[in-house]
Amino acid sequence: MSPSLASDPTVPAYNARNYLNEPATGLKSWAFTLDHKRIGVMFLVATTVAFALGGLFALLIRLELLTPGPTIMDAMTYNRLFTLHGVVMIFLFMIPAIPSGFGNFLLPIMLGAKDVAFPRLNLLSFYLYLLGAAVALYGMVHGGADTGWTFYTPYSTTTQTNVVPILLGAFILGFSSVLTGLNFIVTTHTLRAPGMTWDRIPLFVWSIYATSIIQILATPVLGMTLLLVALEHAFAWGIFDPARGGDPVLFQHFFWFYSHPAVYIMILPAMAVISEVVCAFSRKNIFGYKAVAYSSLGIAFVGFFTWGHHLFTSGQSAFDSGIFAVLSMFVAIFTAIKVFNWTATLYRGSIAFRTPFAYFVGFLFFLVFGGMTGVALATASLDIHWQDTYFVVAHFHFIMVGSTVMAFLAALHYWFPKITGRTYPEGWGLVGAVLVILGFNFTFIPQFLLGNSGMPRRYFSYPERFWALNVASTAGASVLAFGLVTVLVYVLVSLRWGPIAGSNPWRSRGFEWDTPSPPPVENFDTPPIITHQPHLYHDVAQDPAQSPAPEPSHAR
Amino acid sequence: MNELIRGLLFLPEQLSEHARAVDQLHFFIITTTMVAAAGVFATAIYFFVRYRRRSETDVTPHVTPTAIHEVLFIGVPLFFFLLWFAIGFPLYVNLQSPPPGAMDVYVQGKKWMWKFAYPGGPNSLDVLRVPAGRPVRLLITSRDVIHSFFAPALRLKQDALPGRYTQTWFTADRPGTYEIFCAEFCGIGHSAMLGRLVVMPADEFDAWLAEQRRGLAQAQDAAPGPGEAVLSASNLVAEGQRVAAAQGCLKCHSVDGSRHIGPTWVDLYLRREKLKGGEIVVVDEAYLTKSMMDPGAQLVDGYQNVMPTFQGKLSPPEAAAIVEYIKSLKTPAVRSGPSEGPAYESIPRK
Amino acid sequence: MPAESAAAMSHVAHHFENAEKQRTAARLGMWLFLATEVLLFTALFAAYGVYRYLYTSTFSEASRHIETWIGLTNTVVLVTSSFTVAIGLHFATRGKGRLTALFFGLSVLLALVFLGFKAVEYTHHFQEGQLPGRFYTYPEVQGAGASLFFTLYFLITGLHGIHVVIGMTILTVVGVLAFLGKYSPAYHTPVELAGLYWHLVDLIWIFVFPLIYLI
Repeated sequence: MSPSLASDPTVPAYNARNYLNEPATGLKSWAFTLDHKRIGVMFLVATTVAFALGGLFALLIRLELLTPGPTIMDAMTYNRLFTLHGVVMIFLFMIPAIPSGFGNFLLPIMLGAKDVAFPRLNLLSFYLYLLGAAVALYGMVHGGADTGWTFYTPYSTTTQTNVVPILLGAFILGFSSVLTGLNFIVTTHTLRAPGMTWDRIPLFVWSIYATSIIQILATPVLGMTLLLVALEHAFAWGIFDPARGGDPVLFQHFFWFYSHPAVYIMILPAMAVISEVVCAFSRKNIFGYKAVAYSSLGIAFVGFFTWGHHLFTSGQSAFDSGIFAVLSMFVAIFTAIKVFNWTATLYRGSIAFRTPFAYFVGFLFFLVFGGMTGVALATASLDIHWQDTYFVVAHFHFIMVGSTVMAFLAALHYWFPKITGRTYPEGWGLVGAVLVILGFNFTFIPQFLLGNSGMPRRYFSYPERFWALNVASTAGASVLAFGLVTVLVYVLVSLRWGPIAGSNPWRSRGFEWDTPSPPPVENFDTPPIITHQPHLYHDVAQDPAQSPAPEPSHAR
Repeated sequence: MNELIRGLLFLPEQLSEHARAVDQLHFFIITTTMVAAAGVFATAIYFFVRYRRRSETDVTPHVTPTAIHEVLFIGVPLFFFLLWFAIGFPLYVNLQSPPPGAMDVYVQGKKWMWKFAYPGGPNSLDVLRVPAGRPVRLLITSRDVIHSFFAPALRLKQDALPGRYTQTWFTADRPGTYEIFCAEFCGIGHSAMLGRLVVMPADEFDAWLAEQRRGLAQAQDAAPGPGEAVLSASNLVAEGQRVAAAQGCLKCHSVDGSRHIGPTWVDLYLRREKLKGGEIVVVDEAYLTKSMMDPGAQLVDGYQNVMPTFQGKLSPPEAAAIVEYIKSLKTPAVRSGPSEGPAYESIPRK
Repeated sequence: MPAESAAAMSHVAHHFENAEKQRTAARLGMWLFLATEVLLFTALFAAYGVYRYLYTSTFSEASRHIETWIGLTNTVVLVTSSFTVAIGLHFATRGKGRLTALFFGLSVLLALVFLGFKAVEYTHHFQEGQLPGRFYTYPEVQGAGASLFFTLYFLITGLHGIHVVIGMTILTVVGVLAFLGKYSPAYHTPVELAGLYWHLVDLIWIFVFPLIYLI
C-alpha cells in the first residue's frame, strides 16, 4: 500500500486518461469494448434498468393488494405481474447485478490483473444478457406468462399465456451467467499478481469465486429444465404430464436443483461486498479471514444439496425431507460464521458511519432475521404451515432485498468514487439509506405476520381479515420506492456534478484503491507485487509497500 | 402466555394438538432468534459507539481469532439448529403417519373448487365436515394442475397432485368453522378456491352422515337403471339447477347477469354470441350441449379456454336438465347483445 | 528472436504474462465449459433414470424395439472419429498443419456418417410412430411410460446430435486454420481445445449407447 496514496492531503486528482475516455469514446467503442471495466459499467446500467422495471411491477402489485377485492386491475393482469416481477428481478437483476456489474469491474483490479482471462467471452456474456432480456421482454409485451417465476407444471405446460418466450429468455440469460462464472474462475486461478497467494486474495474475490462455481454447475440444469417445459408447452411431449406417465413433481426437483443454489448466487456476491465494506469503514482487518473465505465455499458446496426443502409439502418422503432439512441447517451455519466474524471485525476498529456502512447495518439486521426465518422454515413441520404463504415471501425478500439490494447499494456508494472518479453527497446518501431501510421494514415485516395468519401467496383477492396488514405493507413499499428513487436521483446528478474524489477518498486498504480514480485502461502500469493481505490497518509506518505508486497519467 | 405470543404473531387459533406443538416450536425459535439478534445488535451498537472513528488515519490493532472463537461461532448456532430439527422433524413425520382407524375423506382439488367425498358417500363441494376429536385422514389428489390443501387453523398443508394421491391427517379439537385455502398457484381462480372446514360435535357428525347416506340410498333405490337418473319434464329445471350446483358450473357462470369467469347464463339461450374466430353463433340447445362436452371448440370471444369437459361426467338427462335450466333463466327485457368480456370478482369471505 | 517463438509470442494477449499462463487459462476454461456441458446432459440422464426406475419393464421393452446395430455402428464411428482427432492433435504438436487438417477432415466425415445413420434411425421412428408425447402411435409397446422412453430418446440423442454438429463446425474451422499454417509446435491451443470438445461429445455418446440401446 503506497503511502502517498494512503495519506493524500492534497487536492484530489481526477485521472484524466482513464477507461471512460480511452481508447476512444462513442457508441462503437463501447459496443465493441473488451475492457472489463466498461463491460462492468454496462452491466450495472442494464441491471439497474431491470431493477427499476421489476420495482415498478412490485409497486403495481402492492397497489392492487391495497383492497381485498380488485383495486386497479383484473386477476389475469395481476397473475402476469407477479410472474414478471419475479422473472425480471431474479434473472435480470439479482443474479447478474453484483457479479457481472461490480465483479467485472473490480475482480481483475483486485487481483492485480489487466483484464479477465477471456475478454471476448466477457463481451459475449453481456450481449447474451441483452438478447435474453429482449426475448423475455418480447414475451412480456405479448401477453406474458401467468405461472409465477417458478413455472410449476402442469400449470405452466397447459396455460394459454405466452410462456415460451420468457422460458427461452431465461435460457439465454443462463448462458450469460455461465460464461461470466467461467471467466471469473479462470481469472482467479491464472491472472493473480505476483505474490498473491490464495490466502492474500481479497474476500470479495473469494465470494465471487464461490458464486462462479455455483453459476457454472447449476445453471445448465435450469437451462435444460426450462427447455423441457417449453417443449412440453409447445408440443405436449409429456415429460411432466401424468397422463403420459410423466411426473409433475420431477419438474420441481429439477427446477429447485438450480434455483436453490441460485439463491446463493444472489447472496454470496452481497457477502463479498460486505466483507470489503466492513473492513474499509472500520479501518480494520477482517476477523477470521480463513473462516470468511472458506465459509463462502461451504455455502456453495452444501447449497447444492438442500433443494428438497422447497418440496416439503409436495408428497416427498419423510426420509428425503429429513435429509434436506438437516443440510439446510448446515448451510445456515456458514452464514452465521460470517455474521459473527463481520461483527467481531468492528471490535477495536475505527468506525465511520458513512453511507456504505449504513447499508451494512441494514444488511446485518435483515440477514440475521432473514437467515433465522430460513432456519425456522427448514424445520419442515413449521414449513407445512408457512409454505406458499407470505411468510416465505417475507423470508426471501428479507434476504434478496434486505441483504442483497442493501449490499448492492453499499457497493454502489463504496465504489462510486473508483468507478466514476467523483463522490456522491454523503448527507443525501444517509437520507436514502434511512428511507430504504425504514421502508423495507414496513413493507416486509407485515408480510411475516400475514404469512403467520395464513394468507397464501399469489393471491389476487383475499379475505378481509388480511386487509390491515396489506395496507401497512403497501405503505412501506411506497417509502421504500421513494428512498430508492432518491438514491437514483443523487447518483445520476453526482455522475456529472459530483466533486472529484481522488484515488482513495475512503483511505481504504483494499487493493483496488491503489489505482487512480477512474482507473486507466490497463489498470496498472506495472503489475503490483503483493506481499500481504488487503485491509491491514495495524501499522502505517511499517506497512510494507505493495509497489511503486502508479502515476495518474501514463506516458506510453 | 401461549395465547399472548400467538396473538402477537398473528397466528390463527390452534385447532389441534399438532397445531399447538408446531406453535410451541415456533415460539422457541422466535424467542431464541430475538435474543440472539438483540445480542448481535447490542454488541454491534456498542462497537459503533465505543470504536467510532477519531481520525481518518487511525491505526487499529491486528486482531485474529483464536480457535475458541470459531468453535463458538459454529458450535452455538449448530446446537440450536439441530435441536430445532430434532423437535420439528418428528412433528413432520407424525403428519405423514395417520393413526389406523382414522376416518378417510377423499379430497379432489380442481380449478377452482374443492370436492370432498366420503367412502360410501356423500360428496360435497367446498365444505369439509368432520367430527371433533376423531382423527381424519385426507387422501388428496387433483383433477388438473397442482393445488395445495391448506387449513391454517390446523397448521396443515398438503399438495394436491394430478395422477397421484398424497395423504395427511388431523384431529380437530372442537367444533367451529375454519378456513381452507388453495396454496399452490393454479390460475385465475386461485384466490377464489376457498373452502370451509366445518367441525361438528362427533355425534352430530354421525347423525349428519347417516342422513346423507339415507338420502343417497333412496335416490339409488328409486333409479330404474344403472346410473341413469329418472327425470320428469316438470322437475327438469329444478334438476338442472341441482346438477349445475353440484358439478360446480355456478363457480364460473353466474345466474344473475354478473360478470364472471365464463359467460353469464341469464338470457344466454338464443343469444347471438361472437366466437373467438369472429363468427356469430346462436346459442341453442346444440351449442349449449356441445359447450359442455367440448368447451374449447367454439369459444366465446374474450373468454379464456379454461372450461373442463364434462364428457362422461354428465349423463345425457343431466345435460338436458342443465340446458332446460339455462333456458329458464330469462329476464323480462330480452337482451340480444353479445356477452361482455370476462371480469373477475372475489367472493367475499369474512 | 527465432521465427517460431516470435509467432508464438504474437498470439499472447496483452493481459497474460506469457504464453504458458495463457495456455493454462485456455485449458482450465475449456474444462470448466465441458463441465457445464456434462451438467446439461446430466439433467436429461437424471430424468431418464427416474422414469426408467418407474417404468422398468416398459423401458426395457421399448429399448428392444429400436435398432441396436445402428447404435453399435454409430459408437464405432464416433470412437474412430475421436481417434482421428487425437492423431490430428499429435501432428499439430509437430507443426504438421496439413496432416492435422486431413485427420480433422476425416473426423468430420465420420461425424457425417454418424449423423447419416441417425437420420435413417429417426426416419424409421417416424414411420413406426415411435414419437414423443401425444404423437406416439407405436402399437407394439404400449402402457404407462411407453411414450416417455421415446420422448427421452429424442431429447437425449437430439441434444447430442446438436453437439455433434457444433463439434463438426469447430473441427472444420480449426482444421482449415491448421491447413493454412496458423499453428505451430509452440502454439496449437485451439487444436487441443477442439479435440477436448470432440472427446466429450464422444464420451457422452458412450454413456448414451448402453442406456438407450443395451439395457
